Amino acid sequence: MTPDSVFHNFAVTNTSHSLEAYRARGGYQALEKALTKLAPSDVEREVTQSGLRGRGGANFPVGAKWSFVNKKSPVVYLCCNADEGEPGTFKDRWILEHTPHQLIEGMLIAAYALNVRHAFIYIRGEFDLPLRRLQSALEEARTARLVGEQILGSSFACDILVHRGAGAYVCGEESSLLNSLEGRKGYPRNKPPFPAVRGLYQAPTVVNNVETLSDVPWIIARGGAAYAALGNKANPGTRLFGISGHVKKPAVYERPTGYPLKRIIFEDAGGILGDKPLKAVIPGGSSTPVLTAQEIENITLDAASLQQAGSMLGSGGIIVIAEGTCMVRVLHVLTRFYSHESCGQCTPCREGTAWMNDIVERIGSGKGVRADLENLQNIPAGISGNTLCALGDAASMPVVSFLKKFRPEFEYFIEHGRSLHEGRLEA
Amino acid sequence: MSSLQQKFEELSRTYPPQMRPSLVLPLLQHLQEEKGFLTSDDALAVADCTGVPPVQALEVLSWYTMLYRKPVGRHVIKVCHNITCSLRGAERMVNHLQRKLGVKPGETTADGRFTLLTVECLASCGAAPSMQIDNTHHDGLSEARIDRILEGIT
Repeated sequence: MTPDSVFHNFAVTNTSHSLEAYRARGGYQALEKALTKLAPSDVEREVTQSGLRGRGGANFPVGAKWSFVNKKSPVVYLCCNADEGEPGTFKDRWILEHTPHQLIEGMLIAAYALNVRHAFIYIRGEFDLPLRRLQSALEEARTARLVGEQILGSSFACDILVHRGAGAYVCGEESSLLNSLEGRKGYPRNKPPFPAVRGLYQAPTVVNNVETLSDVPWIIARGGAAYAALGNKANPGTRLFGISGHVKKPAVYERPTGYPLKRIIFEDAGGILGDKPLKAVIPGGSSTPVLTAQEIENITLDAASLQQAGSMLGSGGIIVIAEGTCMVRVLHVLTRFYSHESCGQCTPCREGTAWMNDIVERIGSGKGVRADLENLQNIPAGISGNTLCALGDAASMPVVSFLKKFRPEFEYFIEHGRSLHEGRLEA
Repeated sequence: MSSLQQKFEELSRTYPPQMRPSLVLPLLQHLQEEKGFLTSDDALAVADCTGVPPVQALEVLSWYTMLYRKPVGRHVIKVCHNITCSLRGAERMVNHLQRKLGVKPGETTADGRFTLLTVECLASCGAAPSMQIDNTHHDGLSEARIDRILEGIT
């Protein structure tokens, strides 16, 4: 807990998610400041100056996204993407359960900047406690006249509606989310036009992640320049890193961008279970390319450092894998997931993800053949660039990187019909 | 007034009037909570109510994993089998539940009490392995903890 914390600046108790507790730690003062002292364009300028980038995984500059919207359009929508589903990512759950008012305040400030009357929170269908906490927070906010008409006595009005998903990973993709919110199956849309131009029901729409919107009150309270001074210069701020897998203390840790990856694994998360050696790290959610223990040596948690290492910062979900784990079986878990979640719209992804899974499953059941690895390597090239959304690429990146970095394990499995590591997944 | 009609009126007061088609999913979810599972007739009734083409409501019904098109048990157990839970013992948890309930994932116990499902990441990786029973999340699972949780469910 440091003064520079945007999230972890209070002790979690049974009541710390309530309006009273949020107000006691300065909550809704940023909204008041925005409504009384700032014009909508000032709010957008602060957010642009903050250098805040999308926390859902794409790392897109938030100010730029907001700037694409025609605020004079008769209707502008704001959608909060709370469809957290990238395996290894569990930070938005933390926000929704422990500080839901921070999200609501961030959404209201964003709605003020973007001229939004109706804002939506698209929350994944499986979220139970996060949904209940969010609904009770909205109830409190409505009663306190923080949501609805004449917010804080001003002429600003905004309603926030919670819309539940129904079990579809692809609905975390913003255009798929919009189709789902329009009462359709969640097929991604062709882009352009981007949602900022034609989004929900053809109206200009901003879709932002839970963490992204929850950063906004801090930025407005202290100024964009103060936020830009946190962490890595090119990629500023703090992030909620979720660290999980074979570590002693898996949890959500708020750290400034640019924080050393090794430090979060070995100091904050307490190191590897059973003090085994580290084998691999998937640094930003399950789709980001895997890194070997040697590769993480000097990596810092910012976009440039991870890009240089051939991976991505993604959603900040760090998955740690100990020595002795069977990488063929780990990859099979991922190929099974992506083939299940491919929505079926684009043939290269629908077929390609299923083929990749068939092959990895065959190798993992001891029936792999020599041609499997070559085929496995060729399929991603047929998917990449030939689909409407990034799911096909998300499915390909683990396959390509696992094969590149742990190829002998795959060869061993094919040659001997069994795992080099007895099929172990647990440390 | 039918319960569907009632729910439609209630939701119509909260969603902006130009957003009627958005009610398709919430209405199907409402019907499923009442009936346990959904049929094509339910989708057609929702299409009627919201004014969307029948094919659109049917597509929604068949596309989303959490909409059930066949009967499920009184309680639905969803065990995560994605990456972090797998690294922390999901396979053992699924095997334990299979043995205990005598069913495989996708099946319902003979007494109609439990349906066992394996599901994708529940976004609780920090406390893996995890599962959800109906609308309650459980994590930090072990075989003993699963036994205790199931004992409390009738």
